Amino acid sequence: MDSMTLIAIASIVTAGLTIALGSIGPALGEGRAVATALSSLAQQPDAATTITRTLFVGLAMIESIAIYCFVVSMILIFANPFWNHVIAGAAGK
Amino acid sequence: MHLSPDDIIFWQHGSLKLNATIAFTWGLMFVLAVGSKLVTRKLSTDLQRSRWQNLLEIVVTSINEQIAEVGLRPAEKYLGFLGTLFLFVATASLFTIVPGYEPPTGSLSTTAALAICVFVAVPLFGVEDRGLGGYLRAYLKPTFIMLPFNIISELSRTLALAVRLFGNMMSGTMILAILLTITPFIFPIAMSALGLLTGMVQAYIFFVLATVYIAAATRTRKPEPEAKAERKPEAPAGPKPEGKIAPKPED
Repeated sequence: MDSMTLIAIASIVTAGLTIALGSIGPALGEGRAVATALSSLAQQPDAATTITRTLFVGLAMIESIAIYCFVVSMILIFANPFWNHVIAGAAGK
Repeated sequence: MHLSPDDIIFWQHGSLKLNATIAFTWGLMFVLAVGSKLVTRKLSTDLQRSRWQNLLEIVVTSINEQIAEVGLRPAEKYLGFLGTLFLFVATASLFTIVPGYEPPTGSLSTTAALAICVFVAVPLFGVEDRGLGGYLRAYLKPTFIMLPFNIISELSRTLALAVRLFGNMMSGTMILAILLTITPFIFPIAMSALGLLTGMVQAYIFFVLATVYIAAATRTRKPEPEAKAERKPEAPAGPKPEGKIAPKPED
């Protein structure tokens, strides 16, 4: 198996695994955050705006972890420097 | 399949490129600036006002309230910078309605520039409020062992701001592009609506995070005797209104 095939296989498999494993943690975290926000809303409905705003800010912070994994996955598929290097080498021949 | 509007190049001369990111950014700036100028030509303070003036007033006062609610006072001082951040990111996402438009915040260059603006603004406002010594002393705050961690957290949250906004905008446009090739038209419209919603939420998040960082850098505590002196002039005024209110129900 030459290096070009190896790079292609590694990139594709890693891209899939990155986004698959990387979305588990944030999803669980967001579920817990929303559940706690709902129970505190039920306890104190008059603080609804503060709770909702803080909930959205917290959800965005948790979501950014999944976004980092997504960005790495996209880089591996579309802007892969190792693949570009190998392709440029093969085209030069 | 392009990752960002940087790949669409309108004009090139040597190493100078006019790509879609720059064109759309300047288009947004033009719309925001010229639109506001046209609306504020004839401002009225009585009950009759144009609906555009009403809209702008709602937007500006809401942003002002949000800044004050997060704890940054006086809010007007920071309204220019923080309001511009929010309005730019929000309109960049809102104009996805226009066909052929791609949000410039879907390019890492734009979001990195915005994050660097916040990174520079936080020490500027901090030094302006607390003085250079006071601001630098804040880095040693819990203990001086925390100094490298404070510096690292400062850099990493700037990076997080840039990548968060970039990732959200880029994923929205990319999912839309992928869906357009494989599904009937109704699904891309639903995804476009979802993209609009996340764009608005991300604009608000960027704005709130910038506000929180500036508030953390400029937080000044009121000294104790000043707080007590403020309470004393209020006390004699207390019993008077009560004395006036009491006889009225007897009428």
